Amino acid sequence: MLVKQLSVFIENKPGKLSAVTRLLADNDIDIRAFSVADSRDFGILRLIVNDPDKASQVLKEAEVTISVTNVIAVCIGDRPGGLAEAVDCLYKANISVEYMYAFVEKSGDDAFAILRVENNDKALEALTEGGFNILTAERVYSI
Amino acid sequence: MENYWNKEIECMSREEMKKLQDERLVKQVKHVYENVPYYKKLMDEKGVTPDDIKSTDDLHKLPFLTKADLRDAYPYGLLAMPLSECVRIQSTSGTTGRRVVAFYTQHDVDLWEECCARAITAAGGTKDDVCQVAYGYGLFTGGPGLNGGSHKVGCLTLPMSSGNTERQIQFMRDLNATILCCTPSYAAYIGETLKEMGLTPDDIKLKAGIFGAEPWTEEMRREIEKSLGIKAYDIYGLTETSGPGVSFECCEQSGMHINEDHFIPEIIDPDTGEVLPEGSKGELVFTSITKEAFPLLRYRTRDICVLSRKKCSCGRTLIKMTKPMGRSDDMLIIRGVNVFPSQIETVLLEQGYAPNYQIEVDRVNNSDTLDVYVEMNEEQFTDTVKGIQEKEKSLTAAIKQILGISPKVHLVSPKTIARSEGKAVRVIDKRKLHD
Repeated sequence: MLVKQLSVFIENKPGKLSAVTRLLADNDIDIRAFSVADSRDFGILRLIVNDPDKASQVLKEAEVTISVTNVIAVCIGDRPGGLAEAVDCLYKANISVEYMYAFVEKSGDDAFAILRVENNDKALEALTEGGFNILTAERVYSI
Repeated sequence: MENYWNKEIECMSREEMKKLQDERLVKQVKHVYENVPYYKKLMDEKGVTPDDIKSTDDLHKLPFLTKADLRDAYPYGLLAMPLSECVRIQSTSGTTGRRVVAFYTQHDVDLWEECCARAITAAGGTKDDVCQVAYGYGLFTGGPGLNGGSHKVGCLTLPMSSGNTERQIQFMRDLNATILCCTPSYAAYIGETLKEMGLTPDDIKLKAGIFGAEPWTEEMRREIEKSLGIKAYDIYGLTETSGPGVSFECCEQSGMHINEDHFIPEIIDPDTGEVLPEGSKGELVFTSITKEAFPLLRYRTRDICVLSRKKCSCGRTLIKMTKPMGRSDDMLIIRGVNVFPSQIETVLLEQGYAPNYQIEVDRVNNSDTLDVYVEMNEEQFTDTVKGIQEKEKSLTAAIKQILGISPKVHLVSPKTIARSEGKAVRVIDKRKLHD
């Protein structure tokens, strides 16, 4: 049920972000979702891609610092209150969210959220019990 | 008009001074040989006995001492007097491995204070002055040295220690301080704070400052003189020889007179150890000829400078040294603290980092900055900003623990630190410390 997310360390210097995204493009890696966390000196580009194994190999070969983290992709209703319900469900199960970001399908009524939590098993359990639809990795990679 | 604390010595003819140095050196070598087995061994290995040292002309025959010897002999190995005769220690900053502990008998404290009294007097200090000592007190020699010198001269002494700048300025104003002793960067900072408080040099009574323990430039001198409305004098020394006061500036402000009756200077080629003629640029070496407890013979300071016997308009005949123009080792002086890159490397290895790092030192608003860039590997990289910042914080704390000053640590990607000819450039010093 878990999705592989690539986190890429990017120093705050001109050209660093562009080099990484260009490298992925040149290797036909399709980005499904992404977010950027920033600090004064560096940023972390988090990516969900169609082929995480290939992407991680390509980046490593180019000596880019990356880490692979298992995250949860959950389907949330694309309507007012959709996100609130999901977050509420986690809050009630006492699960804190490290970070999250959203993406949508090309066509369809649903929105999806990538969740990075302390305890994936506990979160999966809570969300499933709460009636949320968890996306499989295969589905996310092929969106 | 020139002010001398000890005119007889400070203006002594070269012949008389040499005679005095000869006598003292012969006696000192005997004292060390008999009481310091560590140095006796070095002399024996070189085949030199005290009988071979008949005058300062024979000084070059003696073996050198280096910081490595001080480390090997830590803490008592170079002590030449029974501990019952010692009354004080002072120490340099740094790790246990690099720490220097110097011992003083009452006689040693007195001669150190005499040296500082000469410096204060040369800066125009008399018993009518109010001397504010804003060097750190404690193991660091700055505060205790100038404090003692100020007492000796008879100044009203304000033992402020460093920090709490607004309080410094309040005391300076309320008690009409006329002389300020501190590091040049702190003096510059006091000047800035004065301005920020909406005050001008006319609001204070300072006339002179004695600033040392770190490198500074003529430009910085002019800035400090302007911001505080004073004349700024340099002072030099090191814990190994006693502390500040080994040499000091006079009204000419063009180099520091060495208290040759206590410390014999030599300039050597740092690579060969060969003594260089007067006027050559090389490494400064000191022989303490009067100290009892911790009398280092031919101690290599690693400071690069030039000695000159050119006649000085102040009337002193004491030989002059330039400000140190650099180091013959990789030691950095940052905020008055001695820093070796290897100390930082040790911390990195202990914390599981590869020794791929770069130290960047700069001076911003007259205060030194220390940035340490460290390459991390994939295991150390996590997907959260917090995770990386925690690693940076933990490295910062560990480096602060060992150096005594706080760096700014930046984790960077592997293989991003510049390498020249395949070897990483460890230190980038952007400060313009030498004119």
